[in-house]
Amino acid sequence: MMPFSTFLFYAFSAVLVVAAFGVITARNPVHAALWLVLSFFNASGIWMLLGAEFLSISLVLVYVGAVMVLFLFVVMMMDINLDKLREGFWKNSKLGFLVGGLMLAEMAFVLMSPKFDAAAPAAAAPATVAAGAAKYSNVKELGRLIYTDYMFPFEVAAIILLVAIVAALALTLRGRKDSKSQDPSKQVLVKSRDRLRIVKMAPTKEAPPAPEATVASAGAPAAAPAPAAPAPKEAK
Amino acid sequence: MGAITQSHVLVLGAILFAISIVGIFLNRKNLIVLLMAIELMLLAVNMNFIGFSHFLGDPDGQVFVFFILTVAAAESAIGLAILVVLFRNLDTVDVEQLDNLKG
Repeated sequence: MMPFSTFLFYAFSAVLVVAAFGVITARNPVHAALWLVLSFFNASGIWMLLGAEFLSISLVLVYVGAVMVLFLFVVMMMDINLDKLREGFWKNSKLGFLVGGLMLAEMAFVLMSPKFDAAAPAAAAPATVAAGAAKYSNVKELGRLIYTDYMFPFEVAAIILLVAIVAALALTLRGRKDSKSQDPSKQVLVKSRDRLRIVKMAPTKEAPPAPEATVASAGAPAAAPAPAAPAPKEAK
Repeated sequence: MGAITQSHVLVLGAILFAISIVGIFLNRKNLIVLLMAIELMLLAVNMNFIGFSHFLGDPDGQVFVFFILTVAAAESAIGLAILVVLFRNLDTVDVEQLDNLKG
């Protein structure tokens, strides 16, 4: 009779493997994303069994809650021609299954050998948990490690997230064409002659010619059409 | 059929990793599912880390999983942003049409 935790492990693993197959064979990317959500949930269950409570919950919160929703958003926004993407889907399947199966067989061969389990100090396993079974807190333990021993990597992780935010925004941001925003670099680079044009002209205006002289002075059209116009301003 | 041993967890991780490799072979055209296969691969790695952390009684492995989760979230955010820009420019997510560089 196997313990209940082992039964749970097998149940979660079975669903996890089926869901992973669903991810890679689903016809529609939306279905693939939903299969991936299912596999994350089951992985989270297994992590909970293994005593990683904080990570198991943050997997659901961060992955299912944020990353997969982002995936779904992106997939649904795109109008993808599925038939084109699907053609030749099984063309490389033989090679793929060969490589995958070979890898799996090799790893299982190593991992399932009795020597491997003997080498691992299984006795140390319950040590952390059993030490203070009632008082042990996974979150407290992780927090202590992150804020002491791993302080610098933690800050680097924060910067990586910041860079990711900025990069994602910079890549996808498309300014509106009709927005009336100001461009500071253009404002700074402006010169005085871009704003002010100085026009050279005679300080006084000639008197309008006499009516009988109109024909004679036709060569000066500037003064002729609007004799009563006020003197133009110096500045534009 | 006793308690869970380390081999159980490691074999599960290996199975997940192999599935995601097959997925990369199958979906070599669809960039979105390729990204999802990478997520699955990272999940397999995290599974190994948590298994070791549990069976060796050392919580440092979980700190590593924490950082892997952070980096994976950043990676998928930037990957999806690139995907969106790509789709805007080419109207497709087919990897085989990304041959502008003639590499």
